[in-house]
Amino acid sequence: MKILVPVKRVIDYNVKVRVKADQTGVDLANVKMSMNPFDEIAVEEAVRLKEAGIATEIVAVSIGVAQCEAILRTALAMGADRGLLIQTDQDIEPLGIAKLLKAVIAEENPNIVLMGKQAIDGDNNATGQMLSTLLGWPQATFASKVVIDSDEAKVTREVDGGLQTLGVKLPAVITTDLRLNEPRYASLPNIMKAKKKPLDTKSVADYGVDVAPRLKVLKVTEPPKRSAGIKVADANALVANLKTAGVL
Amino acid sequence: MAVLVIADHDGTHLRDSTLKVLTAAKALSADIDVLVYGSGSATVAGQAAKAAGVRKVLTSESTGLNADIAEDVAALIAGLAAGYDAVAIPASASGKNFAPRIAALLDVSIISDVIEVIDAKTFVRPIYAGNALETVQTSDAKVVLTVRPTTFTAVAADGGSAAVEAASVPADFAGTRFVGEEKVTSDRPELGAAKVVVSGGRALGSAEEFHAVIEPLADKLGAAVGASRAAVDAGYAPNDYQVGQTGKVVAPALYIAVGISGAIQHLAGMKDSKVIVAINKDPEAPIFQIADYGLVEDYKTAVPALMAALG
Ligand SMILES: Cc1cc2nc3c(=O)[nH]c(=O)nc-3n(C[C@H](O)[C@H](O)[C@H](O)COP(=O)(O)OP(=O)(O)OC[C@H]3O[C@@H](n4cnc5c(N)ncnc54)[C@H](O)[C@@H]3O)c2cc1C
Ligand SMILES: Nc1ncnc2c1ncn2[C@@H]1O[C@H](COP(=O)(O)O)[C@@H](O)[C@H]1O
Repeated sequence: MKILVPVKRVIDYNVKVRVKADQTGVDLANVKMSMNPFDEIAVEEAVRLKEAGIATEIVAVSIGVAQCEAILRTALAMGADRGLLIQTDQDIEPLGIAKLLKAVIAEENPNIVLMGKQAIDGDNNATGQMLSTLLGWPQATFASKVVIDSDEAKVTREVDGGLQTLGVKLPAVITTDLRLNEPRYASLPNIMKAKKKPLDTKSVADYGVDVAPRLKVLKVTEPPKRSAGIKVADANALVANLKTAGVL
Repeated sequence: MAVLVIADHDGTHLRDSTLKVLTAAKALSADIDVLVYGSGSATVAGQAAKAAGVRKVLTSESTGLNADIAEDVAALIAGLAAGYDAVAIPASASGKNFAPRIAALLDVSIISDVIEVIDAKTFVRPIYAGNALETVQTSDAKVVLTVRPTTFTAVAADGGSAAVEAASVPADFAGTRFVGEEKVTSDRPELGAAKVVVSGGRALGSAEEFHAVIEPLADKLGAAVGASRAAVDAGYAPNDYQVGQTGKVVAPALYIAVGISGAIQHLAGMKDSKVIVAINKDPEAPIFQIADYGLVEDYKTAVPALMAALG
């Protein structure tokens, strides 16, 4: 069984984002970049399926700038077998990413696509659902548990009000939620080994799909700032203040 | 220019979020229809028909729709889309699950988590956990949006008298099987709609302590209960309680954070609350930078004292 894991390079989740003064975007110069945390969870799940003898090959794919190679190497160090970088300087929307991934899947024929539910930069939460639609494969999003049972994946999902379990026929697209697993740190020997694992680089043009943007970003602005209020001495003072504020 | 709003409901009641999405839809068009799908659609359709400004209510039920299977919901809506220029969907876990599918079926981009409608093609949405706001203009012929209900006020729940019609029922998608569900039931108000929210964090240390400390306070205030990711990951609270960038977004009149540090991912889900209270024993906790009222104290003494002070 082969698993494809799309991984996105995003601003590290610990970094405090700054909006550029000219309102064209956020400042990414000299900022720490990492693998999208939900994608780390996807890689981890794929590696666990391989360790359990269910998966035989894991291919990590990233679409973006040349530096995405670093996060592909991280995926390889965690246990993926091969990497594919589709190099582009263009910012591609979820629909375009889904079309590119569909083209990759036509070549790779994986049984499962395991990906993040959401990239923490654009916060779209869309690519997996779109990819599943374009492929005509079932989707199981926001997974907190995945059990493979021959040609079906039983996926427990985090939904409004609790949990839902679906059985999806393979091939399928599964997107990860936070509770699925805790990703491992790659060990130094594995980081060294990952340097020798195969990593292909292609261009968007190689796939002949339309990734032209549909959305024009008119501006990126800072949200209204909330300032710190006051410290209260004790619970009685707190209640008095809340009464004055009219919320009790 | 007509808009189709997808109703959010629990099988008996139309959720308040639907009334808020209707406000967003009004900024797009005066011709607004509502789709109510899934079990209980007839009852809920009656409520939607009364909402102010609704032209027509459509209903549909099937095995797949009743289980909220994304493939079926998206097929239904994409099938209806010919009659509409926009589809507006509440940005709930359910809405986020099927909305991008509709966009893919129509070959248009999805515009997620809209917080402001500038005009029929231009929208504002938060990115980077709400640390930046992006204004985007679409060139697509049709628009598929998920709308963050907390930033819109609700339209009046009565006054309307729309007609109710049955929509066609899509064939169930064969690749997906509903196995089961585990829903958390509670008599407390819903997190997304509550006027007061009390949230607990990692500091609580155990599920027992979370129940013993957070819930009585919530009950006293008639509040919904929320949690940080750390509290959910550790099993102190169910996943559905998580407030934040990748959980629920809330904007109550009063938000009380107990033993929560205030990571940006948590703030993303609550910083639009009207009044924020933080109880944390660390005076340097980042939550105090946005709290209106900060109480630097161990929750073990602060919460009982607060219960007493509330009388
Ligand atoms: C991809 C991603 C998505 C995420 N999404 C979310 C999300 O949606 N929501 C979310 O909440 N987080 C999210 N997080 C996690 C977030 O980064 C933080 O790790 C999390 O919010 C921390 O939870 P906490 O404040 O409960 O725990 P901590 O940060 O450990 O804070 C505990 C606080 O309790 C205080 N404390 C300890 N003991 C006491 C006591 N006795 N009395 C009073 N105070 C006490 C401490 O001073 C501390 O400030 C996400 C992270 C990632 C990487
Ligand atoms: N540029 C990209 N390269 C590889 N995978 C991506 C890219 N963009 C999005 N994805 C995948 O799609 C998921 C959801 O992203 P999004 O829909 O943008 O929130 C991510 O967690 C990744 O798994």
